[in-house]
Amino acid sequence: MIPALPPDTMMPEPWRVRSVVRESADVYTLGLESLSSPVPPFLPGQFNMLYAFGVGEVPISLSGDAADVSGFVHTIRAVGAVSTALSQAQPDSVLGLRGPFGCGWPLTEASGHDILIVAGGLGLAPLRPVIYHLLAHSEHFGRITILHGSRSPAEILFRSELAMWQTRPDVSVAITVDHADPTWHGHVGVVPALVERAVFDPPGTIAFVCGPEVMMRFSAAALLAAGVGANRIHVSMERNMKCAIGLCGHCQFGADFVCRDGPVLPYDRIAKRLAVPEL
Amino acid sequence: MSPSAPAPARKGMIIDRDGLQSLLDRLSARGFDVIGPTVRDGAIIYDRISSVDVMPEGWTDDQDAARYRLARRSDMALFGYAVGPHSWRRFLQPPEERLWQATRQQVGLTIHTTAVPSAPYAFIGVRACELRAISIQDRVFLEGPHPDRRYAERRRGAFIVAVNCTEAGGTCFCASMGSGPRAADGFDLALTELIDANGHRFLLEVGTDAGAASVEDLPSRDADAGALVAAEEATARAAAGMRRKMATAGLKELLQANPEHPHWSEVAERCLACANCTLVCPTCFCSTVADYTDLRGHEADRVRRWDSCFAADFSSIHGGPVRASRRARYRQWMSHKLAHWIDQFDISGCVGCGRCITWCPVGIDITVEAAAIRAAPPRPAAGEGDDDGNA
Ligand SMILES: Cc1cc2nc3c(=O)[nH]c(=O)nc-3n(C[C@H](O)[C@H](O)[C@H](O)COP(=O)(O)OP(=O)(O)OC[C@H]3O[C@@H](n4cnc5c(N)ncnc54)[C@H](O)[C@@H]3O)c2cc1C
Ligand code: SF4
Ligand code: SF4
Ligand code: FES
Repeated sequence: MIPALPPDTMMPEPWRVRSVVRESADVYTLGLESLSSPVPPFLPGQFNMLYAFGVGEVPISLSGDAADVSGFVHTIRAVGAVSTALSQAQPDSVLGLRGPFGCGWPLTEASGHDILIVAGGLGLAPLRPVIYHLLAHSEHFGRITILHGSRSPAEILFRSELAMWQTRPDVSVAITVDHADPTWHGHVGVVPALVERAVFDPPGTIAFVCGPEVMMRFSAAALLAAGVGANRIHVSMERNMKCAIGLCGHCQFGADFVCRDGPVLPYDRIAKRLAVPEL
Repeated sequence: MSPSAPAPARKGMIIDRDGLQSLLDRLSARGFDVIGPTVRDGAIIYDRISSVDVMPEGWTDDQDAARYRLARRSDMALFGYAVGPHSWRRFLQPPEERLWQATRQQVGLTIHTTAVPSAPYAFIGVRACELRAISIQDRVFLEGPHPDRRYAERRRGAFIVAVNCTEAGGTCFCASMGSGPRAADGFDLALTELIDANGHRFLLEVGTDAGAASVEDLPSRDADAGALVAAEEATARAAAGMRRKMATAGLKELLQANPEHPHWSEVAERCLACANCTLVCPTCFCSTVADYTDLRGHEADRVRRWDSCFAADFSSIHGGPVRASRRARYRQWMSHKLAHWIDQFDISGCVGCGRCITWCPVGIDITVEAAAIRAAPPRPAAGEGDDDGNA
């Protein structure tokens, strides 16, 4: 017998936009508050499906502080129809939201370790909740190293926060850009190069990596070369997603549904798959 | 039939064509939407039926790779064919449905669900492989952490009349997949059609209490030992007559170790990426969603419809599709069906119904392609790291 009917997880709920912050030319951070149900808890690394009226629905990571239970925060880059509509949302407008979905970063496993955060571009957004958590519970973790790469200095995400985090004695931050401009005096080059230069204790380190897939592949290779075990490297995968609950089939990556079994996956589990083109 | 109800011990009874008609009448009188086989556009499809008269009486199908033709039988069998392009999936997981509708308000937005039609289905003539396919979709849609409410609503009221196959279709290989040709469980009633010196009749077996209630006082007689033996022999004949086989031992490991096998490129040279195989497959479950607004922009609909891993934009992320080539798409489809499915749902995604072989315009045959990869497995390339095996 199929017992009581399950809830309809494909139904979004209305959420009100309470704040909009422009981070860079095409990146916006939205603060959202629920108009119906209480705000569900979330794990750093999880995502929501955000719906722009009549345009569509896309997966967007939670980028705010999981300890803030008053609402959700999302950081969105306008790249296509839906993400552009979402990033143009005005304060007080209403979006549809389902979630949170997926597995987060393994914070329990990370306890007692040095943490290396490797973020390419917007990949820093899904890692920001981890950073908030680490800083709030720094007694449980060792050194925190944040490596961030962006295309240009103007696109460095959460720039003032990065500067603030850097002032903490237990945190080091390194930033690199692909293309410098006259104002830039820091590193130029790709993120994996920062891994090679970073000073950390590989055997005692857990690495969280998020960014474009090639950046994650090369960063993982640099981490392995530095001596971080493959099972200590965690990456957040990106695939097309239509349902976020393991029913539509779009996000499959080998036997994993990225929406449900990921998006955060241990590198040792997926290394072979990542090496196969077009899997 | 609900997915997990136990099948009580079998007892057989014999009904004739009129008995089958009375069963259809009873099911509609009890409020079921009765769906069964009928002939349309040169194929046997599933649709609403009210009478045995619209069933494919005296028809059979001639099937082979890229071939499907209806042909006249020498007898008046009602179930004398294998499976056609339809499967029951189109009722439990419709090709297109509206999930919800949103209305823009002065301030904000309301979102309301669209009801699932309330009459439960009665499926007439469900083959053993199709019962397995339904149980596989049950695992997909009902047994994960987020069951699909709409599937659950349609599935839980469904009444299933199975029919045991007495002849194998030209592309069938259910015996290899352990899913047929005889229905073992998952039905409310099961029929075996018998046409011999003793006449044209159906051995009817009861699978559930609901099944038993539906045949109470149905004009029938007790099954004699002869009928039970004849039914047993008929299904054994169907199993023996299967022309295709799939070697399943170690198949999951073989496919997962061979994503770079040269045979994928060989198939890609023939595959048109037309998606026919996925649309006829009774276990394929992929879907997409689309959004529509009315002209004033006040109402928005969200529609869910079948999708295919062969579609160009199926795997698109910003910057392009992950699986751009046909090679990658065919590999995804077959590896998912025969390998990853086992990791995901603890069962193969193929029931051996042969539809993908029949309806592939170029006759690509999953049993042949799997055998080709088995025949020449290049040594798996050593990957970095220690994968769980599903590369
Ligand atoms: C788990 C996860 C978390 C994400 N987190 C963020 C985030 O925090 N901020 C952010 O800006 N972006 C994030 N993305 C990417 C974001 O979902 C895509 O940029 C967005 O779907 C693009 O949709 P579009 O209609 O604007 O673009 P288009 O390119 O017009 O999209 C076309 C189609 O492709 C699909 N699609 C396109 N790109 C992606 C993609 N990258 N991932 C999945 N489906 C895609 C869309 O669903 C749509 O159906 C995340 C993606 C995933 C899978
Ligand atoms: S893969 Fe082919 S043979 Fe197997 S269940 Fe699907 S359509 Fe039938
Ligand atoms: S295998 Fe055949 S049916 Fe499937 S997509 Fe290719 S050509 Fe079409
Ligand atoms: S997004 Fe639908 S299965 Fe993962």
